[in-house]
Amino acid sequence: MRAGAVPVHGTHPIVIRVLAFGRLRELLNAGETALDIRAGSRVGDAWSALADRCPALDEHRSSTRIACNGRIVALDHVLRDGDEVALLPPVGGG
Amino acid sequence: MFAIVREPIEPRRLEEAIRAGDGGAVTFLGIVRGRAEDGRAVSGLSYEAFEPLATSEFAKIADEARERFGDVALTIVHRIGELGTGEISVAVVASAARRVAAFDACRYAIDELKRRAPIWKKERYADGSARWRENRENLL
Repeated sequence: MRAGAVPVHGTHPIVIRVLAFGRLRELLNAGETALDIRAGSRVGDAWSALADRCPALDEHRSSTRIACNGRIVALDHVLRDGDEVALLPPVGGG
Repeated sequence: MFAIVREPIEPRRLEEAIRAGDGGAVTFLGIVRGRAEDGRAVSGLSYEAFEPLATSEFAKIADEARERFGDVALTIVHRIGELGTGEISVAVVASAARRVAAFDACRYAIDELKRRAPIWKKERYADGSARWRENRENLL
């Protein structure tokens, strides 16, 4: 397993890259992290794995949009090895 | 041009890209305010962006503006990093054959940027504290 990756149930993991911004980046204490998850996992499973590591994340679930490879996706979106998942809190540009 | 930049925004340079032949151009500049909504003294803002998605969102917003207002040219540039009060955080330049389309497109672009572009800001106060600020017009 890659250094820094977090194993989640299952024997055939895939590795995704998680990007976090704003207050979520601060909560996770990282702008980018690798996450090992079971093949066939969905975005919601990746969120749960991250929330296991950082319980404070969960209160932000309803206000967070999630992008996979640059496209906003729903929690049931199935992840593939090498996917880039970005956690986007409510925006503040301008 | 659609860009996220780290260096100071120079509006005159962006206006150089106004199309020859257009009859009206409107520039909007967002500037770091010295006071927060609650009246506290602001020392500066820290901006960050999901850069590839932000620039593609700018392009999408410009496409939408053209669908709504006709043949309009748009430049959208947002600065990230540490900004002090009085500095320009965002610039939108819209030009068109006539002024109404330029005004409408400029307004549309900044409103949509604030609503949905993946950019975040942390407000820093004179007393040393700081907090993440969300736009009221947020998509969510």
